[in-house]
Amino acid sequence: MGLNVSNLTIARGGVRVLEGVSFTLDPGHAIVLRGPNGIGKTTLLRTVAGLQPPVSGRVETDPDSIVYAGHSDGIKATLSVAENLQFWAQVFGETDIETAIAAFQLERLVTRPAGGLSAGQKRRLGLARLLVTGRPVWILDEPTVSLDAEAVAMFAEAVRAHLRRGGSALIATHIELGLPEAYVLEVGPYRAVAAEVDDFDEAFL
Amino acid sequence: MIALLIRDLRLAMRAGGGFGLGLAFFLIVVTLVPFGVGPQSDLLARIASGILWLGALLSCLLSLDRILALDWEDGSLDLLATAPLPMEAIVTIKALAHWLTTGLPLVLAAPVFGLLLSLPAPGYMPLVVSLLLGTPALSVIGTFGAALTVGLKRGGLLLSLLVLPLYVPILIFGAEMARRGVDGLDYTTPLLMLAGITCGTIALLPFASAAVLKVNLR
Repeated sequence: MGLNVSNLTIARGGVRVLEGVSFTLDPGHAIVLRGPNGIGKTTLLRTVAGLQPPVSGRVETDPDSIVYAGHSDGIKATLSVAENLQFWAQVFGETDIETAIAAFQLERLVTRPAGGLSAGQKRRLGLARLLVTGRPVWILDEPTVSLDAEAVAMFAEAVRAHLRRGGSALIATHIELGLPEAYVLEVGPYRAVAAEVDDFDEAFL
Repeated sequence: MIALLIRDLRLAMRAGGGFGLGLAFFLIVVTLVPFGVGPQSDLLARIASGILWLGALLSCLLSLDRILALDWEDGSLDLLATAPLPMEAIVTIKALAHWLTTGLPLVLAAPVFGLLLSLPAPGYMPLVVSLLLGTPALSVIGTFGAALTVGLKRGGLLLSLLVLPLYVPILIFGAEMARRGVDGLDYTTPLLMLAGITCGTIALLPFASAAVLKVNLR
């Protein structure tokens, strides 16, 4: 199951940020999005994930193949690590959380309340959530924030394993992930010519 | 869906979950009213049903902004929106969890609190039935209000202003039913109106809540 984005124009807060973005993400491949702050990487990822509609253009994919991970991890502080993962596994109709725990070395933390974890540990838990969903297309917004070098390598290994299983990943990041096989897409050239969205009402939605 | 319900109930029970908040507020209102109006038990008996309904409604209002705001802040709502659950199901479950943690305890506590206000004996059954019928609508309407204000920081005031007018019919018919019960009158009409309002809100509002939530998540 792939992802095909054609001639996509997206807006944030009623202002167009990127225009004419086209790419295809095939199973087993990864695309790394790069560009300066505020260029619209997050907006692009949210649009592809179906959280907001595009201004024009098309995103062709099976919505049931996508899992999105944003800046926040969606972790409940009063639930334990295992309870957090179990919840997301059940929501996505899966049962296995052991693989995810092992992949991000959370074994020693499983019974700890997530609120007591460090920022990096929380992020590892947030990334482990991707594995328990069992979905093939990962859409990740700056997944390595607050991770140390070792955890970044852990993450790169998890992505690589995911690609080997026929999954794919679309990742916005500023750092070197250690994924030489990933295709790098610079979004800078797609920057929209500053123009307000024509539809006045749309600016308020 | 069951997983979401269990998670919400578990979160409510844990520290800082706000499970007892509505109940404690209800108790405070009910215990303070006799101090405010004086110790004449005949006056208390006359206003007891109305005070109990008002207290239940305000207790419900107190916890509304927690329904969705917490999930919005920690990013869970974005992730739930991309999960295989339809948004309508998410808001319905959220409303159900709110009712189970706020509305239902109020219903169960109402007869005990009725004693504090010297509610006349024939009033207990209609009071409990009217609360049982009315509080689900309070939760469903409240979820709609929470969905409307979810992106706003400290949107509690706006939420109350939006939701309170929609609560008025429920309060009118609920309190009317309880009052008629106290007076020993026939309360079929307000009972049917209350049941109708609740059925209507449960059937329609989840779709509206889901629609505004989708807009707010953009």
